[in-house]
Amino acid sequence: MPKPFTPKVVTANALIEGDVIYLAADDSWVRDLTKAEVLSDEAIAQIRLLDAQARPSEAVGVYLADVKLGTQGAEPTHFREEFRRTGPSNYFHGKQAEADA
Amino acid sequence: MYRYTEFDTAFIQERNRQFRAQVERRIAGNLTEDEFKPLRLMNGLYLQLHAYMLRVAIPYGTLSSAQMRQLALLAEKWDKGYGHFTTRQNIQYNWPKLSDVPDMLDALAEVNLHAIQTSGNTIRNVTADHFAGAAADEIADPRPVAELLRQWSTDHPEFQFLPRKFKIAVTGAPNDRAVIKAHDIGIEIVSKDGQIGYRVLVGGGLGRTPMIGKVLSDFVPQADLLPFVEATVSVWNLLGRRDNKYKARIKITVHEHGIEEIQRLVEARFAETKAAFNGADLDLFAEIKESFAAPAFRNAPEDDFAAAYDADPVFRSWADTNLAEHKAPGYAIVQVSLKAHGQTPGDASAEQMRVLADLAERFGHDELRISHEQNVILPHVHKSDLPELHKILKAHGLATANIGKISDIIACPGMDYCALATARSIPIATQIATRFDELKTEHEIGDLKIKISGCINACGHHHVGHIGILGLDRGGVETYQITLGGDATETAALGERTGPGFSYEEIVPAIERLVDAYLDQRESAEETFLQAYRRLGMAPFKTALYETEEAEAA
Repeated sequence: MPKPFTPKVVTANALIEGDVIYLAADDSWVRDLTKAEVLSDEAIAQIRLLDAQARPSEAVGVYLADVKLGTQGAEPTHFREEFRRTGPSNYFHGKQAEADA
Repeated sequence: MYRYTEFDTAFIQERNRQFRAQVERRIAGNLTEDEFKPLRLMNGLYLQLHAYMLRVAIPYGTLSSAQMRQLALLAEKWDKGYGHFTTRQNIQYNWPKLSDVPDMLDALAEVNLHAIQTSGNTIRNVTADHFAGAAADEIADPRPVAELLRQWSTDHPEFQFLPRKFKIAVTGAPNDRAVIKAHDIGIEIVSKDGQIGYRVLVGGGLGRTPMIGKVLSDFVPQADLLPFVEATVSVWNLLGRRDNKYKARIKITVHEHGIEEIQRLVEARFAETKAAFNGADLDLFAEIKESFAAPAFRNAPEDDFAAAYDADPVFRSWADTNLAEHKAPGYAIVQVSLKAHGQTPGDASAEQMRVLADLAERFGHDELRISHEQNVILPHVHKSDLPELHKILKAHGLATANIGKISDIIACPGMDYCALATARSIPIATQIATRFDELKTEHEIGDLKIKISGCINACGHHHVGHIGILGLDRGGVETYQITLGGDATETAALGERTGPGFSYEEIVPAIERLVDAYLDQRESAEETFLQAYRRLGMAPFKTALYETEEAEAA
């Protein structure tokens, strides 16, 4: 039996800045995981992925990342995605430093 | 130092012009990412976890002060104020924007630096002993050989689409500080009957299938070096597996076909390459060698050094730990640690880079080196200048006296930056360094090399660490495996796995137990960790790692 589908977000790196971006429900790219569109239907997720991959002048390396629903919205289920949404642990750089920007 | 010719300069400018146009076409939507990716990789530009990363080549780890200042400028103007020196003697910038990279490359070209062939399936930056031209144990300076190889391999038409990347390292001394046995080709300068030649090793490498290099030829005469290396790469280029990237490196080719068969094929191919070389390479080599002539060393008293050594315990500790023997009387090789306790191994701020450039200009014949151990070397400093130099280093957080000690850790960027990583390595390194600094046992422990990689690609050389740490993702959790007994020198050996891995929280205490076991069981303070391991074997360390843990848990 195939594994049940778990919630996903569409994510990538921005073409110019190279930083982590997520696809929002209004088709815009957002920098904050909690503002990403959470996809709980596999068929819709595949279509959203294809849509995002068709925007190569904005995003590089588009894929579906697993998330779970928290109080603030999507949260990562794997530590790699935790680092992607936060930034490195040796300096206060990246997303964690730009949170209010 | 080697001065770029008009040809070198024109070549880099042309490549930069091409890449600028490629970036413009990518941003305008005229190139897809699939089309653009090989082009950016040819110019050292990766896309990592949080941003792009630009890897700049530092040929054989040698820099002038002007070049170091330009690296500082890049860090400040287009990055976040620092750069990361790597285990292949390069520098990486972790935060550039795609649209800024052409300007960064132009700025580098102003001082004859570039990012060409720092990525992709080409012959990468040729590395060399960071003590080159200064070491007391040297037969000949390896840098002219490395520069000759750089010129030969750059844009070599036959070798732009190799089965996989190809790394060459050169040592001019019998004491190997360039890890030549873990390179695709390792070259050792040797002397036979008064003639300089090369012992050539092939098929070494780390990564997921670590191998120690095997002897391809015990003596290649100086005149035959380029045709011999060309024959070797050429044999592999045809024979190497392109069906599976994990089996494409020359170490697998040598392993699958056997060294005798590779020797036979290289000899046959050498007959052809040798005939095709017309001697221009030898004229070029003679010219290159002249440009690496030693600076004019001065004869001066060393009284200031002796006085500071007697009077200042901090200076004495630094001098005992961070200096190496120079071939010229009155001189020392200064190793500047980029491993301040708790700081990221290999990182230098723009300000620190400028300080190092100034020191090189003032005291060091304008030369700097980057070591594969991610430190900076001032190769030629007169001992009388050391007290003043030390004072300036200290004022800028650069006087940590820990070269070769437990906190002088090699660590790859790991999951803090790298898209390939499976776990973090930097925080493990900083926590180990901080812990042993608190315990104040670092100098009692003595020489001990810890090397940490955040995935099986082994950029952090964990296989050849006395203690190697490999970070893996086990079921969505960072897990760290330990290997013991690795050795990166002329007595190279691969470490042996101790057993099950440890979690992120458990790994630093585990290292502490290992070190305690060593301190308990060593025969004397002179017996290093590696010597003790070779004498005692794995058993007592396994006990310390696993049985003590169970006892504590019970």
